[in-house]
Amino acid sequence: MKFLEEYRDGELVKRIANRANELLGRIGREVKIMEVCGTHTMAIARHGLRGLFRKNLDLISGPGCPVCVTPNSGFSLVFQAAEMGKTVATFGDMMRVPFNGKSLSKLRGEGFDIRVVYSPYDALKMAEDEPEKEFVMAGIGFETTSPLFASIILECRRRRVSNLKLISLFRLIPPALDALLKAEDLHIDGLILPGHVSTIIGVKPYVDIVEKYKVPAVITGFEPVDIVESIRMILKQLVEKKSMVENEYVRTVRPQGNPKAIRLIQEVFKPVDAEWRGLGEIAESGLALKDEFKDFDAVEEYGLKPVEASEPAGCLCGQVIRGSKKPTDCKLYRRACMPDNPIGPCMVSSEGTCAAYYYAGVE
Amino acid sequence: MCLGIPGRVEEVEGAEATVSFGGIRRRVRLDLLDNVSIGDYVVVHAGFAIEVLDEETALEMLNTLREVFRE
Ligand code: SF4
Repeated sequence: MKFLEEYRDGELVKRIANRANELLGRIGREVKIMEVCGTHTMAIARHGLRGLFRKNLDLISGPGCPVCVTPNSGFSLVFQAAEMGKTVATFGDMMRVPFNGKSLSKLRGEGFDIRVVYSPYDALKMAEDEPEKEFVMAGIGFETTSPLFASIILECRRRRVSNLKLISLFRLIPPALDALLKAEDLHIDGLILPGHVSTIIGVKPYVDIVEKYKVPAVITGFEPVDIVESIRMILKQLVEKKSMVENEYVRTVRPQGNPKAIRLIQEVFKPVDAEWRGLGEIAESGLALKDEFKDFDAVEEYGLKPVEASEPAGCLCGQVIRGSKKPTDCKLYRRACMPDNPIGPCMVSSEGTCAAYYYAGVE
Repeated sequence: MCLGIPGRVEEVEGAEATVSFGGIRRRVRLDLLDNVSIGDYVVVHAGFAIEVLDEETALEMLNTLREVFRE
């Protein structure tokens, strides 16, 4: 397919990696680069990109899996809505997330109405087709996902659909990056910035953070050439003692992002303080429905109350999300915890770091 | 389909398009974009086109990389 195979050119990948290795040799010390997008985590694992580089490059994964970063209190709202008898519409990777010994998939087995949707637009169509039912969408995702839900809320208004509500658990990437770079134990030397979040928000939201912490950062696409080239660009900045935001994914990411999508987010949502699994509470890192859209808020309308649940014993998902531990550091990885029997959310979603390692066969 | 695979727009009807991903066709919402035309390559996330791929830039960059990392 066009613009796919070309960016998988193995020869080119190798040549760029060689250049990156020269830079790694010049740097000498260990270099830690974090990718903050679950799709990058998957691509790095699937194409075996770690194996291309000298040993002093440590590629770590950050909080790029939306399901994984959603705290238990957030999941509890979705479970409550289902148990109240609402019809829950959710992306497939939520179904097997373990929560207090339950999962949405188990609840569905018990007869609760839980539907997997590919797009939030499917939920709108279902709500229109079945006006007697009350639908609740699980709003999980980053800046790539929240504008879609914003457009659905506006579309509901236009079409006078009132039996579709939202649990807004959306999270914002730049405040999480700030929190990670601030952490004293992580020592991140460079950031591979998410391609599709950046497609929406553009380059500017990263500039202040990169200046503040002096960490090179490169926005990149999802093919091997993209990822390896972004690593080379970060290393080059390190050698030249620079720290700026560069954009490798120029074929898709415009400097100003997607202004229409940004307007949609701003029209429907407002930033609020929010909790992340593994990172704790981060100021203005979540999105809540604005007051004028309160009638779409499932939490208000149905009086849902967040419930805490303890993390599964031995699960390091929280530390995996912040990059301080690897899946292979977890005693349960590949033994008790597998995609068929996930103990923590990092093994459930295909974007989760533990699942990405598992499918790539990392022992 | 959220893996960033660009699909080719085959038909546009109002707020929706039919997009082909290497032969697999899907209905895609266009609410996030203005001026999508037949033949454009779009990046799709959860059933919505989020950006039009700039073909010229895509090829230019590949050529540059191939040039720079030749030997
Ligand atoms: S392997 Fe399983 S138990 Fe271990 S950190 Fe990952 S999700 Fe948690």
